[in-house]
Amino acid sequence: MLPFRRALRPAALIATLAAPLILGGCDLVVMNPSGDVARQQADLILWSVFLMLLIIVPVMILTVVFAFKYRASNTESEYKPDWDHSTRIELVIWSAPLLIIIALGALTWLTTHQLDPYRPLDRIAPGKPIPADQKPLEIQVVSLDWKWLFIYPEQGIATVNELVLPADRQVRFRLTSSSVMNTFYVPALAGMIYTMPGMETKLHAVMNRVGTFEGQSANYSGAGFSYMHFPTQSVDAAGFDQWVAKTKASAQSLDTAQYLTLEKPSEKVPAMHFGTVEGGLFDRIVQMCVKPGTACGHGMMHHGAGAQEVAPAVNDRPGEGADGALMKSPDEMKTSPHLTHPHGAPAGHSEPGADSNRNMTRMDAPAYPGRAAAGEA
Amino acid sequence: MSATTVPKGKTPVFYQLEEEHHEPGGSTLLGFWMYLMSDCLIFAMLFAAWGVYGTSYAGGPTSHELFELPLVAVNTAMLLFSSITYGFAMIAMQEQRKGAVQAWLLLTALFGAAFLGIELYEFSNLIHEGAGPWRSAFLSSFFTLVGTHGLHVTFGLIWLFTLMVQIGRKGLIPANVRRLQCLSLFWHFLDVIWIGVFTFVYLFGAMR
Amino acid sequence: MSDTLKMIFGRLSIESLPIHEPIVVGTFCGVALGGIALLGALTYFRLWGYLWKEWFTTVDHKRIGIMYMVLGLVMLLRGFADAIMMRGQQAMAFGANEGYLNAHHYDQVFTAHGVIMIFFVAMPFVTGLMNFVVPLQIGARDVSFPFLNNFSFWMTAAGAALVMASLFIGEFARTGWLAMAPLSGLDYSPDVGVDYYVWALQIAGVGTLLSGVNLVATIVKMRAPGMGLMKMPIFTWTALATNILIVAAFPVLTAVLALLSLDRYVGTHFFTNTAGGNPMMYVNMIWIWGHPEVYILILPAFGIFSEVTSTFSGKRLFGYTSMVYAVLVITILSYLVWLHHFFTMGSGASVNSFFGITTMIISIPTGAKIFNWLFTMYKGRIRFELPMMWTVAFMLTFVIGGMTGVMLAVPPADFVLHNSLFLVAHFHNVIIGGVLFGLFAGINYWWPKAFGFKLDKKWGLVSFWCWVVGFWVAFTPLYVLGLMGVTRRLRHFDDPSLQIWFVIAAIGAAIIAVGIAAFLLQIFVSIRNREALRDDSGDPWNARTLEWATSSPPPAYNFAFSPVIHDLDAWYDMKSRGAVRPVSGYLPIHMPKNTGAGIILAGFSLVFGFAMIWYIWWLAAASFLGLIVTAIAHTFNYDRDFYITAEEVTETENARTAVLARLGA
Repeated sequence: MLPFRRALRPAALIATLAAPLILGGCDLVVMNPSGDVARQQADLILWSVFLMLLIIVPVMILTVVFAFKYRASNTESEYKPDWDHSTRIELVIWSAPLLIIIALGALTWLTTHQLDPYRPLDRIAPGKPIPADQKPLEIQVVSLDWKWLFIYPEQGIATVNELVLPADRQVRFRLTSSSVMNTFYVPALAGMIYTMPGMETKLHAVMNRVGTFEGQSANYSGAGFSYMHFPTQSVDAAGFDQWVAKTKASAQSLDTAQYLTLEKPSEKVPAMHFGTVEGGLFDRIVQMCVKPGTACGHGMMHHGAGAQEVAPAVNDRPGEGADGALMKSPDEMKTSPHLTHPHGAPAGHSEPGADSNRNMTRMDAPAYPGRAAAGEA
Repeated sequence: MSATTVPKGKTPVFYQLEEEHHEPGGSTLLGFWMYLMSDCLIFAMLFAAWGVYGTSYAGGPTSHELFELPLVAVNTAMLLFSSITYGFAMIAMQEQRKGAVQAWLLLTALFGAAFLGIELYEFSNLIHEGAGPWRSAFLSSFFTLVGTHGLHVTFGLIWLFTLMVQIGRKGLIPANVRRLQCLSLFWHFLDVIWIGVFTFVYLFGAMR
Repeated sequence: MSDTLKMIFGRLSIESLPIHEPIVVGTFCGVALGGIALLGALTYFRLWGYLWKEWFTTVDHKRIGIMYMVLGLVMLLRGFADAIMMRGQQAMAFGANEGYLNAHHYDQVFTAHGVIMIFFVAMPFVTGLMNFVVPLQIGARDVSFPFLNNFSFWMTAAGAALVMASLFIGEFARTGWLAMAPLSGLDYSPDVGVDYYVWALQIAGVGTLLSGVNLVATIVKMRAPGMGLMKMPIFTWTALATNILIVAAFPVLTAVLALLSLDRYVGTHFFTNTAGGNPMMYVNMIWIWGHPEVYILILPAFGIFSEVTSTFSGKRLFGYTSMVYAVLVITILSYLVWLHHFFTMGSGASVNSFFGITTMIISIPTGAKIFNWLFTMYKGRIRFELPMMWTVAFMLTFVIGGMTGVMLAVPPADFVLHNSLFLVAHFHNVIIGGVLFGLFAGINYWWPKAFGFKLDKKWGLVSFWCWVVGFWVAFTPLYVLGLMGVTRRLRHFDDPSLQIWFVIAAIGAAIIAVGIAAFLLQIFVSIRNREALRDDSGDPWNARTLEWATSSPPPAYNFAFSPVIHDLDAWYDMKSRGAVRPVSGYLPIHMPKNTGAGIILAGFSLVFGFAMIWYIWWLAAASFLGLIVTAIAHTFNYDRDFYITAEEVTETENARTAVLARLGA
C-alpha cells in the first residue's frame, strides 16, 4: 500500500489515523483509488471528515469530561440547578456548527460542479492536462439481468462482464439499462451512477494506474444481483490496442438476435467477447426498441400534435407490459421469470435439507441427469 | 386563564378545584381539518403526477382530443350547486329548522349524484373509445386524479345519507351539528379540489 | 374445476405454502407451538374476557401506549431474527460457499428486516411512548379522540399481522424496503410479495396518520390551564413536531403506494418503463415521504434525551427556547432534502449541491441540541441511572453517525459511498445510536410510571453494555467495508479477504442478541422482584414534568384535579413551591367508554388486505362492505361516554393519600 504522496496536505494528517487499517493489509479502495476522479472524491471525504472533527472531537471530550466531573458522587463540583441560559454559550453553539457548515457548503458547491459526472474531465491527473490530440474513449454500458454489457463503438467490439480501459485516457461512459435500475460502480475509478431503462446517464473518468480492479452493480436489481460484478482491467495504450485486436478476431457477433438472447435473465455469466457489433444498437436499447417491430422514438409522432412535432420521450410509447391483476382471468395468475421463485416443481420439495435446497435461484439450479431443469415452467 | 395570575406573596393555585366545562368533541373540528389537509396532500401528489404525466400520451389520444368541455362545465355546475345547497342546509341548521336541513341535504345529494353520474358517463365513454387508464401514463394520471375525487364524492354521499337518517332519528343535537359541520368542511373541500381539477386538468388539457 | 377453485381462492393454493424451505417450516413450527401454548394459557387462566374488556377495546391512552410497546417488542424479535440471518449469510457466503440462504429467501429477509424495523418496531415504539406520556405530561385525561386511538393501534397491528402472515403464506417482497420501481412493478415482481408490502403499509399507514392527527389535536387543544406553548415539556414539543410531520408526510406514502398498486392491479402506467411511465417519479415521491420519516423517528428520541438529561442532572434544561426552535427548524428542513438519497441518479450539479447543502444545514440545529444537552449536564449532579447511561452512550455514538451523515451529504463523496455498506453503517448508527438508545432510555425512564415499579438495574446494565459494545462491533466493520468499496444487499462474495470483517460484524450482532435477551430478562426479573423495586411515590427519579405528579400507575382519569401550570418544569415547580395536593372535594369525571369497533374495523381491513393480495375478489368485496357497514353502524352509537363517580374517585385518591402519608412518615 503506497503512503499518500503529498504529505503536506492537511487531509493526510487524518489519513494517518486510518493508517493502522491500511497497514493491516486491508484495501480501502475508496480511500486509495487508482483514478483521478475517485482520488479527488477520496480527498473530499478526508476534508469533510477533518472539518467535522473540529467540532466532533471537542463534543466527545466534553461529554466524557462533564459526565465524569459532574457525577452525583462528586460533591466538590459546582451545582447550579437553576442555571439554564447563557447568551454567550448559545451564540457559540449555534455559530460554531454554522461556520463549519459554511466552509463545507462552499466546498460542496465547488466540488459538486467540478466532479459532476456529466462534465468532461479537464485533466488526466494532478498537473497533467489532457493532451490536445487525445479524444475520450467512448464506452457504452448496458446493465442486463444480471450481467454487464460493454460496447466500444469506435472499435466496433463488445464484451460482457469484462471492462478493459486504457490507462491515462479519458473515458466517456454512456449508460443505460435493459429492465430495472442498477448502478455502475468501479470504486477504484470513480463514483457510481445509476443505469435506468429508457434513459441514458453519463460518466467521465480516467484510470491512472495499470491493474485489475473490481467493478459491480451497487443497486439491488433482483435475484442475480450478487453476481453482477465484473473485472475492470486498466492497461497501457499498447496493451489496449492489442486487446482490441484480439477481441476483434472473435467470431461472435452482437446483433439484434444475439442481444435479445443475452437480455434474458441469467446469472454468473462468464466474460464474453464480440468481434463485431451491430451499429446503433446502444441507441436502440436506450429507446427500448431493439425488438423488431417496436418503433423507435424518432419515428413516432405525437398523436395529433399539430405543426410542432416533437419527438416524444423515450419511454413514451404504447406499453406492452402486463395487464393489471383485476383484468386477469384466473388462469393468468402466475409468476414471471424475472425473479427467483422456484418455478415448476420446487427443488427439494420432498427432501428437506437436501443440497438442492441451498440455492433455488432459478437460473443455476443444478440440472440433475434425468430431471428437467427447474427453469421450465 | 385567571388561575395562572399569582397574587403577590401568596402560594399560587396549583390545582383547579372546580371542573371546567369541556364541550365534548371540542377538538373535532381541528382534528377533521387536519385530516382534510392530509387528504389535500394526497391530491397534491396526484396533481404532481398529473404535472409530470399530463402529456405522456404514448402515441395515444391526447387531452385536446378527448375532453368535452361543455359536459365538464355542466358537471362543474352540479358540484358548485351542491355546495350552495349545502350552505343553505347549514343556515337552516343555525336556525334549528330540522325539516329544511333535511330538504337541503337531499337536494345536495341529488346534485352530488348527478355529478357522479355525469363523471361515470364520461369515464365509460372514454373507456369505450379505447382511452382507458391503461392506455398511457396521461390517461392513468387523469383517471386516478379525477377518480380519486369522484371516490371522495361517493363517500361524501354515503356519509350524507347516513347523517340524514341520524338527523331524522335524533334531531339537531350537538353531536349531529358537529357532524354536519365536518361534512360541510369535507363537501366544500371537494369543491375546491374540483376547481383545481377543472382548471389544471380540463381547461389546460383542452387547450394543449 | 381449477377455474372455480381460482375464483374461490384467487392465486392462493397449496403451493403458496413454503413447505420446501426448511428454515421457514422450522420457524412455523416454533411460532405455532408458542402460539398454541400462549392461547392455551390465556384460555386456561380465563384471561380472554379480561383482555378483551380491559385491553383490546380500551380507549385509555396509557393502555394503548403499552399495547404499542408490546407490538414493537414482538416485531423487534422478528426483525432482529432477520438481521441475524443476514449477518450469518454474509459471514459464510464466500467463494464456493453459497451460504445457507438462497437468493429467493435472502432477498425477502433484507426487505422484511428494513420494513419491520422501521414500520413495525421503531414506529410503534415511538407512537407508544408518545401515546403514554404526552397526555400525562400536558395534564390531560386522555387524547382528543380516544376511539380513533384504539382504531389506530389495531390498524398498525393489522399491518404487522400481514407482514407476519407473508412469512408462512406465500412470500414477502424481494425489492428492498422501499420497493423501488420498476423492480416492484408487475412486470418484474408479479408475485404476492410486493402486494403484501403495499397492503401492510397502507393499512398500518392509516393507523399512523390517524394517531398523528389525534396527538396533534391533543397537544394543541388539551393542555392543562396555564401551559402556554413555551411552557410545554420538551418531549411534548418533539411529539408535536413529529406528529405534524406524520400528518404532512404519510399521505405522500399513501399516494405513492396507491399509484404503485394501481399499476399492479389496474395496469396503469405510473412507474412502468413503457407507455409514458417513469420509475424516477416513484423514487422522488417515496423519498419525499421517506426523509421526513427519519425525523419522525428521531425527534421524539431527542425529546426523551432532553427529559432524561435534565432530570438526572438535577437541573433545568439548558437553552429550552433554542431547543424548541431547533426542533422546528429540523421539522421544516426535513422536507427540503429528499434528493440526497439519489445524488447518483444524474441530476445536475446545482440541484445536487442545493440538496447537499440543505442536508448539511440540518446538522446545525442538531449540533446545537447536542451542545444543549452537554450544558445541561454542566454544573449538574448527574445520577447515572440506566436512562442517563443510554443518553451518554447516545451522545458519543450519535455524533459519529451525524458526521458520517454529513459526509454522505457531500454529493461527490456520496458518489462513492451511496448504496455501500458505509451507508448501511451510517443509518444504523443514527437509528440504533439515536432512536433505539432513546427508546431504551425512555422505557427505563417511564416504566415505573406505567407499572409502579422500577426496572432491574443489573440486567439493565448487561443489556446496555451488550447493546453499546455490540453495536460498535457490528457496524464498525461495515464502515470499513464500505470504504473497501463493498455495496449493500449482496448475498455472496468472491474476495476472501473481506470475510474477516463480516465475521466480526456477525459477532457484533450476536452480542446485540445477548443485549436483547438481557432486556427481556430485565423485564422478567423486574416483574418477579416487583415488590422490592416498587415505587409508591409516583416520582422515583425526582423528576420535573407533570406525569410524575400523579400516582404510578396513574388512575384511569390521570389527574383528579387538573393541575395549573406556572413554569416550564411544572412538577419541579410544584415541589419546590410546596404545592399541596387537594385531598377532598372530588367531582365526577367525564370519560370515554371502551368500544370494540376499532378492533373489528381493523379485522375487516386485515381480511380485505389479505384478499386483495391473493386476488380473492369476492372476499375483498365482502370485507370492504363489512368495513363500511361497521363504520356506519359505529356512528349510530351516540352513547360513547360515562362518568366516573365522585365516590370512586374519592376511594382511589384516598388510597393514594394514605400511601403518600405512609411514605412521608
